[in-house]
Amino acid sequence: MSDKSHDPNQMTGAAMIVRALIDHGVTDIFGYPGGAVLPIYDEIFQQSEVQHILVRHEQGAGHAAEGYARSTGKPGVALVTSGPGATNMVTPLADALMDSIPMVCISGQVPTHLIGNDAFQECDTVGITRPCTKHNWLVRDVNDLAKVLHEAFYVATTGRPGPVLVDVPKDVQFATGTYHPPRKSDVHRSYAPRVKGDATQIRKAVALLANAKRPVIYSGGGVINSGPEATRLLRELVEVTGFPITSTLMGLGAYPASGKNWLGMLGMHGTYEANMTMHDCDVMLCVGARFDDRITGRVDAFSPGSKKIHIDIDPSSINKNIRVDVPIIGDCGNILGDILQVFKAEAKKPDIKAWWQQIAQWRGRNSLYYKKSNDVILPQHAIQSLFEATRGRDTYITTEVGQHQMWAAQFYGFEEPHRWMTSGGLGTMGYGLPAAVGVQVAHPDSLVIDIAGDASVQMTMQEMSTAVQYELPIKIFILNNQYMGMVRQWQQLLHGNRLSHSYSEALPDFVKLAEAYGGVGLQVHKPADLDGAIQEMISIKRPVLFDCRVAALENCFPMIPSGKAHNEMLLPEQANDEATAKAFAGGKALV
Amino acid sequence: MNQPASAYFIEERHDPNETHTLSVLVQNEPGVLARVIGLFSGRGYNIESLTVTETESQKHLSRITIVTTGTPMVIEQIKHQLDRMIPVYRVVDMTLTKRSIERELAMVKVRGQGDHRVEALRLADAFRARVIDATTESFVFEITGNTDKINQFIDLMRPLGLVEVSRTGVAAIGRGPEGM
Repeated sequence: MSDKSHDPNQMTGAAMIVRALIDHGVTDIFGYPGGAVLPIYDEIFQQSEVQHILVRHEQGAGHAAEGYARSTGKPGVALVTSGPGATNMVTPLADALMDSIPMVCISGQVPTHLIGNDAFQECDTVGITRPCTKHNWLVRDVNDLAKVLHEAFYVATTGRPGPVLVDVPKDVQFATGTYHPPRKSDVHRSYAPRVKGDATQIRKAVALLANAKRPVIYSGGGVINSGPEATRLLRELVEVTGFPITSTLMGLGAYPASGKNWLGMLGMHGTYEANMTMHDCDVMLCVGARFDDRITGRVDAFSPGSKKIHIDIDPSSINKNIRVDVPIIGDCGNILGDILQVFKAEAKKPDIKAWWQQIAQWRGRNSLYYKKSNDVILPQHAIQSLFEATRGRDTYITTEVGQHQMWAAQFYGFEEPHRWMTSGGLGTMGYGLPAAVGVQVAHPDSLVIDIAGDASVQMTMQEMSTAVQYELPIKIFILNNQYMGMVRQWQQLLHGNRLSHSYSEALPDFVKLAEAYGGVGLQVHKPADLDGAIQEMISIKRPVLFDCRVAALENCFPMIPSGKAHNEMLLPEQANDEATAKAFAGGKALV
Repeated sequence: MNQPASAYFIEERHDPNETHTLSVLVQNEPGVLARVIGLFSGRGYNIESLTVTETESQKHLSRITIVTTGTPMVIEQIKHQLDRMIPVYRVVDMTLTKRSIERELAMVKVRGQGDHRVEALRLADAFRARVIDATTESFVFEITGNTDKINQFIDLMRPLGLVEVSRTGVAAIGRGPEGM
């Protein structure tokens, strides 16, 4: 018998977990200890290659891992204990699944012999997280652990990225087994996402693009997930074809907001020009987006006269909401490269002058117009000021969910991918603050700002404590209108102005709250003080809660009312009571 | 179209439903059936019949046969959603191939005496059902065939003293020399 005591690959399950993290290049993880993960925490204590960030609530760990992943392109890693630790991770997992964010969550589980016994802090973690992960595993044998961990990283980061969870019972963490470094055979043979697009489909797409009279490119988060090459190719395609381009909420930054072909974001709160271009186009090239219901509006009136090309790595995204003419399954970057190659060889820039003239007319409607005030800060103005103050800086923006999120998307211009972290699909209030923690950990010297609302930010406020502990100088820019603004907006538009529980009667003093956490609090009421206060916020090298008191009843426009098409947008100047009532007619009695 | 007050567009779908039989080849590992069933319940798809067992024990492969109904767009979604699950090797729409054979096995218990008993036996013979258990006042028949044939047999047994039925659900395989 060989002497295994000197075999460096013999180790405990807990040691394997830390070793696997190192082998996958993980330098930072976010977590919270508890009974069922103590052996792993013991291993973490005894090494220095993986830095552990202690959050204040497991949900914070999940969103921080998401922010880390979204801002770096690398998988985010979270570590939580069994039972409540795992259930608190459900929201971030669901969030990451909807937005295709690569995340690896490791959860502790009660010892194998107690599984199913209703043991202390036991829950069916793999059962609960099955529908909110791309895949998950319960590891019952320490000798399967290395393979499962390597497969978990592979599944999370390849194909359409997404969250995965590995549930490790405590006895498996203690047990000794054989570790091996990542290798190809670790992955299910049944998992082989398609990367390269079909050549015939690519030719069909180029033929459509080359003959387009009224084209549009509609790009999404998939371009950003695909990596820097996809962004470069998308920009080149816009340059080579001269086509107008719009993006989804998740896709902002792939094409620069200062670019001349940029139409702004599309969809429910997108610009008039973006939505009208989508509605009236004759050829639509959808790259890495999924025709989500916030994008399409009324599906049977969605871009009725266009031929649609859809590039997506996930075949289940094709024809899910909208029938397309030329589906191309594969990686956006790969396919954009092929399209460009064929286009440059065989086609020339189509003449679409008339189309651009039409678009210029739509742009002339100035759909993001709002009326500035000298007495009260308009939320749109606050975001514009923040944008101007941070322009040219190395800045990352996260958001919570609601009106402030839409205003940030409308008024903050993103020039690069990976700079905009927001909860798009799931719409998770409380995402932005912990996401900012994750982004700041990944980019310690950058300016990281969470554009927040007063309601959302209180859902995960406890992570201020994490920011203070790790000296993460995140800036929480709260547009404080004392309302759940988007809820109130819908109540005004659709529920007879009955503002049921959308007003926060009592709010904390955010300045004192910041100080209580050991951060810095700033408050501003007057438009005249705004720019100075923002400069002060930026200059402070500590976590800041910025309480920006804004006009309480401002609403977010333009807007596609529910059940309406892209060409039936409600523009800000039209949004008086009567027009609003008419636009929403068919519903209940209105405002 | 009138819309109720909603943040969502409520769509009326008019496409007629179709019934499809899907064969799904999966890695036989813990939780794989729960994943498949969870997909159907989570996304609101129908399961008319579900059959699953390991078919290649060396390779740990199981074959799941699902009969489902939905509009053509939903059926297409179901196939893609199944196909993208990590432990799923292949999804074949047996209905689209138009070259598939579908069979079900049922065990049918009938209780009766006199003429009813004689008539049950006679019908069983006509349907090529076998008697696999008998007492002086009952039979258990074993019958194999497609779903319609079994439904018909059960309907005929009802007035003759049908007690209970146990069915396997549909298994399907393609005609000709090729595998799935």
